[in-house]
Amino acid sequence: MVYLTRKIEFSASHLYHNPAFSPEENRRIFGKCNNPHGHGHNYTLEVTVAGEPDPVTGMVLDLKWLKEILEREVMQRMDHRHLNYEVPELQGQIPTCENIARVIWNLLEPKITQGKLHRVRLYESADLFADCYRNGTGGAK
Amino acid sequence: MSGELKVELGRRYRFAASHRLHSSRLSEAENRRVYGKCNNPYGHGHNYTLEIRVSGDVDPATGMIANLADLDSFVQSEVLGAFDHCSLNDDVPAFRETVPTTENLCLEIFQRLKSFPKARLEAVRVEETANNSFEYFGESPEGTQP
Repeated sequence: MVYLTRKIEFSASHLYHNPAFSPEENRRIFGKCNNPHGHGHNYTLEVTVAGEPDPVTGMVLDLKWLKEILEREVMQRMDHRHLNYEVPELQGQIPTCENIARVIWNLLEPKITQGKLHRVRLYESADLFADCYRNGTGGAK
Repeated sequence: MSGELKVELGRRYRFAASHRLHSSRLSEAENRRVYGKCNNPYGHGHNYTLEIRVSGDVDPATGMIANLADLDSFVQSEVLGAFDHCSLNDDVPAFRETVPTTENLCLEIFQRLKSFPKARLEAVRVEETANNSFEYFGESPEGTQP
């Protein structure tokens, strides 16, 4: 098995706010991330696909094809968007790294038909990221 | 599709510390041969980067596996406060006898962080320099490998 990783970057704004919490609770739990007008990040997304190289082409998949999927599913949805207001898949969820990574996994998994989606890693900053993978696939390593 | 979906939270921290690689079980000449410059008597330092990953259920109310403030303060009190701007050999009791290689540093940090109450510690990765990194996943009862 070979693991291939493609990286893309997108920029988006968000804020953390749960309407079920009081303003004080929101402030206490989410801190600065609760600022009402939101803030933004440069996100880095690493998408890892596992597969066997094709004996003829030597490739696990066609990178152009993967690039197009990422453009369509992630960039067009999230780049230069406000994640709370403009991404339907995140409606009703706090747009944390964990939740965005999971949404991206759910968008990509059915589309990755060459090889198998192995791991989605989303960096909100160089020091904070979330990984999403299926249990038992070694995605954690 | 195998397995349920898992999410992990990863966080990176930095600390600066000095160490000297020297084993009391080796002769002076052997220490010199095995550890090279790292055996120089007064030690030397690194800017370490610590990367940890924790897993758990994502709380629907917060969108979080663990609140970052809780994780950061735990890592600060258990590791960074004890290691940053310290001599690992002299200031950290675990390294009085054990050689403070980055391999052993990973094991020690895993021990210190595995009791984090809000999520399960999955991995500890330490970069001694930008070119050397070490990672420890704890002892798996099944002995499973990636």
